[in-house]
Amino acid sequence: MKNRSLSFWLFLTPTLVALALVVFIPAIMGVFYSFTNWDGLGYTEMLGFKNYITLFHDSGFLAALWFTIKFVIVTVILLNVIGLALALLVTQKFKGNNLLRTVFFMPNLIGGLILGFIWQFIFTQAFDALGKALHMAWLTGWLTDGKTGFWGLVIVTVWQMSGYIMIIYIAYLQNIPSEVIEAAEMDGASPWQRFVHITFPMIAPAFTVCMFLTLSNGFKIYDQNLSLTNGGPYKSTEMLAMNIVNTAYSENNFAMAEAKALIFFLIVAAISLLQVYYNRKREVDL
Amino acid sequence: MKKTSRFFLGILGLILGILWIFPFYMILTNSFKTPKGIFASVLSLPGNGQATTANYHNSFKALDFISSLGHSLLITVVSVLILVLFSSMAAYALQRNKSKLSGAILMLFVSAMLIPFQTVMIPLTANFGQVHMLNMWGLMFMYLGFDASLSIFLYQGTMGSIPIAMDESAELEGANRFQIFFKIIFPMLTPITVTVGILNIIAIWNDYLLPSLVLPQNQYTIPLQMFFFFGQYTKQWHLALAGLTLSIIPVILFYIFAQRYIIKGVTDGAVK
Repeated sequence: MKNRSLSFWLFLTPTLVALALVVFIPAIMGVFYSFTNWDGLGYTEMLGFKNYITLFHDSGFLAALWFTIKFVIVTVILLNVIGLALALLVTQKFKGNNLLRTVFFMPNLIGGLILGFIWQFIFTQAFDALGKALHMAWLTGWLTDGKTGFWGLVIVTVWQMSGYIMIIYIAYLQNIPSEVIEAAEMDGASPWQRFVHITFPMIAPAFTVCMFLTLSNGFKIYDQNLSLTNGGPYKSTEMLAMNIVNTAYSENNFAMAEAKALIFFLIVAAISLLQVYYNRKREVDL
Repeated sequence: MKKTSRFFLGILGLILGILWIFPFYMILTNSFKTPKGIFASVLSLPGNGQATTANYHNSFKALDFISSLGHSLLITVVSVLILVLFSSMAAYALQRNKSKLSGAILMLFVSAMLIPFQTVMIPLTANFGQVHMLNMWGLMFMYLGFDASLSIFLYQGTMGSIPIAMDESAELEGANRFQIFFKIIFPMLTPITVTVGILNIIAIWNDYLLPSLVLPQNQYTIPLQMFFFFGQYTKQWHLALAGLTLSIIPVILFYIFAQRYIIKGVTDGAVK
């Protein structure tokens, strides 16, 4: 198809128009508004970097940023360890391994909003009942403070996403030629040695994929946050995405929300570009 | 592997499986209890005169379930059809044109994936509000803008494996571009179309934040209705749990019937 041909442009127009109207034009407007005192309808003043200076003194934003970073570190580690462990488990030959795969993956299909509500019941009602029945005080009073709220969010995310990470690791595990494993077995390598020296190096690419997936997903989480704790109590579990949404739609501080969203964009974009860099590097190394 | 270690793996799997299912089990059993029954014992099965199916009847009505299910279905199906049609067309144009321009357009689509939703949401809804498009039709158009990038990316990767000789021989027989694409190329893309379809179905069906900013209340989807319902009936767990169970049923049915394709689609989407 030639550049100047009519059909080339006819094939591209619908998506290009949608992309421009839905993503690029609003993004450019948003960046511009972040330097003004925009109130959602219009603006009267150019503020320069004032919004950006203010937001780095906004304790709510900084708390949300710190909370999100802690959350991302913990979930990236847990998701990859558990996801890989589940993948190793269900790729062994035993009765019911396929059914287990189905079960582990299932939460991933249900939306974060519904999952958060389900777990709100588990944490507040079922944990309470279990705690009383087993005389374990730590099971009672979940989601009533920032600490249990944090771990609540971690548990929901791990429960939801490990099955997804498992699926990716399985795809790579299945690409390991069985002859390699058999040869190592013949040479008398223990299961642990086989894992460290054969399996692990061969699924290294999967590790990169899953690392970045869990990283950027962790930063973007909103629905689970909304339905599980709604940022509470007293904003102690408010994450970055929710802080931006609330700045916009609860405080009607639209220009400030745009400034925060731009910082958010820079974080997420940096992670994605790092991923592209690593992928390229790996392809070159091979 | 030895028989004993297989046995222990089975046991470990069983324990983990039960742990994973536990939340669903709690929701399901408690949704059949009266408020008193839930209060008396969360962990037991429904019984002791505290078992009921009335929660389902009541939450079905309070959720306006048929209508929110209808909106969810309509929005998901139409959006996914639009996405599949237009992004496969765009990927075809980009893949069959090897110029710098087409490379640049592809980069534009890929770079759009870097922009998080929060960056665009406020101007986006303000703009669409001005032209009275804050409704399900506007929403479907927005999904084309947000989700075309990944879809084009997936299509474009597969398109390369269809030899250009297919196009050329059809052209010699007098077919135009649209005939070549729809009669010859698109049918050959079916496996990746399934993947693109599945990924978008999951994302759109479960989406909350965008529709919550766009849809008027008489067009609420299941997640929106569920959120609204939770606000109205706080701490009325007997109704809420029945509602949650109802809202999960369509997803479970979809999973049972399309499991193979879902797992393949999700893997492709992440790995490619």
